[in-house]
Amino acid sequence: MSAAEGLRIEPIIGLEVHVQLATRTKMFCGCPLEFGAEPNARVCAVCLGLPGALPVINRLAVEYAIRTGLALQCRIATHTRWDRKSYYYPDLPKNYQISQYAAPLCLDGHFELPHDHVIRKVRIRRAHLEEDAGKNLHDTPGVTAIDLNRAGTPLLEIVTEPDLRSADEAREFAVQLQRLVHYLHVSEANMQMGQMRFEPNINVRISCDGREHLTPIVEVKNLNSFRALHAAIEYEVQRQVQEWLEDGRTAASGNKSNRGWDDERGITLPQREKEEAHDYRYFTDPDIPALSIDPEWVARMRDEMPELPLTRSERIVAEYKVSPRDAPAIAGDRATADLLDHAAEAGGDKQILGKHFLSFWSAHANQRGTTIAGLGVSAEHMGELARLQRDGLINATAAGQIAEALLGGGDGPPASPRQIAERLGLLQSRDEDLIAEWVAAALAANARAVEDARGNPKKMQAARGFLTGQVMKLSGGKADPRIVAELIDRQLGR
Amino acid sequence: MLDGIRQIADAVSSGRRSARDVCADHLSRIRQLNARYSAFLQVVDNDALAAADRVDDAVRRGQPPGPLAGVPLALKDNICTRIGRTTCGSRILERYVSPYDATVVERLTAAGAVIIGKTNLDEFAMGSSTENSGFHPTRNPWNTAHVPGGSSGGSAAAVAAALVPAALGSDTGGSVRQPAALCGVVGLKPTYGRVSRYGLVAYGSSLDQIGPLTRTVTDAAIVLGAIAGPDPRDATSLPAPVPDYAAALADAPLAERAAGLRIGVPRECLGDGLDAEVRRAFEEALAVYRRIGARVVDVSLPRTPYSIAAYYVLATAEASSNLARYDGVRDGHRAAGAQGLVDLYCRSRSEGFGAEVKRRIMLGTFALSAGYHDAFYDKARRARALIGRDFEQAWAHCDVLATPTAPTPAFRLGEKLSDPLAMYLADVFTVPANLAGLPAISVPCGFSTGGLPIGLQLTGPALGETLLLQAARLYERETDWHTRRPPV
Ligand SMILES: [Zn+2]
Repeated sequence: MSAAEGLRIEPIIGLEVHVQLATRTKMFCGCPLEFGAEPNARVCAVCLGLPGALPVINRLAVEYAIRTGLALQCRIATHTRWDRKSYYYPDLPKNYQISQYAAPLCLDGHFELPHDHVIRKVRIRRAHLEEDAGKNLHDTPGVTAIDLNRAGTPLLEIVTEPDLRSADEAREFAVQLQRLVHYLHVSEANMQMGQMRFEPNINVRISCDGREHLTPIVEVKNLNSFRALHAAIEYEVQRQVQEWLEDGRTAASGNKSNRGWDDERGITLPQREKEEAHDYRYFTDPDIPALSIDPEWVARMRDEMPELPLTRSERIVAEYKVSPRDAPAIAGDRATADLLDHAAEAGGDKQILGKHFLSFWSAHANQRGTTIAGLGVSAEHMGELARLQRDGLINATAAGQIAEALLGGGDGPPASPRQIAERLGLLQSRDEDLIAEWVAAALAANARAVEDARGNPKKMQAARGFLTGQVMKLSGGKADPRIVAELIDRQLGR
Repeated sequence: MLDGIRQIADAVSSGRRSARDVCADHLSRIRQLNARYSAFLQVVDNDALAAADRVDDAVRRGQPPGPLAGVPLALKDNICTRIGRTTCGSRILERYVSPYDATVVERLTAAGAVIIGKTNLDEFAMGSSTENSGFHPTRNPWNTAHVPGGSSGGSAAAVAAALVPAALGSDTGGSVRQPAALCGVVGLKPTYGRVSRYGLVAYGSSLDQIGPLTRTVTDAAIVLGAIAGPDPRDATSLPAPVPDYAAALADAPLAERAAGLRIGVPRECLGDGLDAEVRRAFEEALAVYRRIGARVVDVSLPRTPYSIAAYYVLATAEASSNLARYDGVRDGHRAAGAQGLVDLYCRSRSEGFGAEVKRRIMLGTFALSAGYHDAFYDKARRARALIGRDFEQAWAHCDVLATPTAPTPAFRLGEKLSDPLAMYLADVFTVPANLAGLPAISVPCGFSTGGLPIGLQLTGPALGETLLLQAARLYERETDWHTRRPPV
């Protein structure tokens, strides 16, 4: 890209994100949503578009869409309609898609995206419901088979304003959005299963000799992973700059184009389209009456809105003294963050819980390829473990050992952390008389160190540490270190 | 053979006559006469007899067999049935078998009716003469050189020729009422949403309604009572409970209705193009109303002259989308030897659809296209809303509106085939009720000098079926047009 030197380049990116909603049934019929069923086994007259069949709205999909809209700070429409979007394609049984064009459910929101230590406000233009198409299968050469199991799956299309300025930002937004829909329990958003798909609109503002130029907008269709999203934007930005250097063409109405992503070659390719393909001939679907959204229903959903990942992350930093760098890892998974709060409610020390989550609990989760919540240890046990440590009954090392034992499984009801500590002999002694004996013995056996500890300012610190170590050794590691320190002080005559 | 629904149902329910016997009688009459009228596309003899046997079993076991016990019924072939084919009168669905029954079919069966066959229609219900059937035309039982009207021409002819006591049709712009008028039977289009559309193959979804064709107003009320009501599978069906329509036609409620009944006549509807004999029959019908004490008042529906234009934009726009699914990819006709996907679409549709369907798909596609959407589709929607308001204002002055059903008696086969616009004007009186979603009924009100029937149309306010049926019955009670049968 040597020719691009001396140019200032700013990518301008808007995202269209399709999120499959995790309702039990499809958008307009009673067919179950099920990934991996035999082809065309999850279909009925409605989602096959058979003559005479009629769509009926799945209210849960509307609720999921509203919940997402609320989390994205959108205005929720009081009246919403469905439109038919006409185009011929074999995986679209009616040759029109039921979508929302003129009156979408959610409008004018925003998402505060933390990126590179600043918060970027990404405006949400709209979020609307529509039905997914089926899939063309090309398993046999020369034959296109069609699987309509996916046809009619509820999709939420979320459209941002062109507020993203880099591939990194776009990817970060996508990651946060996935986290958000997980949090709201509205979508699995599993990329491998195509439950979340991206279509970035990309162009580039080029500043050169004090003038600004905008390249024509390109929409890259159907990206199925964060990696592809990032790579496609990076590629497209470079390509557009190069193309501008060659032909100088700038954005104008009518010269927006669609490109596909070739994942293997890592490039975008123009999509062959006919002119009329752009005329979707939208009109209100006469089969589906306009839907009035009860404001009380929306208010109820607003009240029931869970604390969202970014707010929760901040609270975890404040309450659990977890570093801002580490908090999102806990807050990002709702079940894990809930577990943390529940363990604290069960009496666990928050700061110690924070440490446990970031140390051994997350290590075990990583090892097992699950989340901390997925480990199956109860909030009560996690809380008790942190309480034992706070009360000085165990030390940090012992806590780790007990945690391992808690994961051990075995028959019968799981032993409590305290029972495990007792069984493994990990409880620290808080018997002052006993500890005093150990201190006396250690002091008697180490006269030189006692002398240093009393009178040698240079060696005082090291000598006290040494004596403490001797006491712990005599106690077999069970003496509560705080009591040991106190009694050493006392016997040294302070 | 001229028994009405109530006589048949009473005889079957009481065990005086078996449903099988009734069914066999009608089947034999169909075998004897259908060739003359070509009213049926398909007669399902064995399935009908089996259904009749099930009704007889229920009677024997003492189970209530329903208000339509053993009544043979024919269905327009755009209503989905698991039994037999559902062709919509189109080559593109020539071999199509629906895997499910329409809601009205379930309800009819639950009421004890025996589905006896599927009747001819203009392809996808697009037409006013049944000449647009992809298979063959149907003939008017009163004069076989004439059309039966359309698009439910097969159902109207079957009822007029007494091949069945009742049939269902569908009415998008007059397709139940106009053939009812041209064949001398009763045809009712209910309020939009009164009868579930689930399983009615869509033409213009915001206009389509299923309705009964019968020989009497009472029979129409009985059939409507059996098929009306909310349906969770049709989001446009109305939640209102279903009154006992037939009970409202007893003497006492009728007498109550007659007192002070106001019949509104929209004078702008009675201008050019109205056949003189139709006008005369209509004026005589008004005189009958005056005679029984009703008041006939002039009202104004100033925007109804725009109905035909608005209708042909909206219905065709919706049709262009509803018919997009017939593409040769899944069920339906698939062209042989297509080169690639677009060629498959083009050839399958070119071969499968007839000329009128193609014309309407093109009209509708055009009306929705970028650049024309505002001027045609959106403008037609505004006109529709205004026409609805005209009716709203009219209800301040009258209880029901009266017009002729069709501007002329049945025309000759082929007479208007080459002039689609003239054909479209056959719907001039019927289309406004579809645009406004209102119930309307056609009842026989006389004959032309040539011996062809003439129909009187009454239109009522939304969900005013009871009132409408009462007003129609009050007229029918005073006349004997409905008792006349075509010569065999
Ligand atoms: Zn389905």
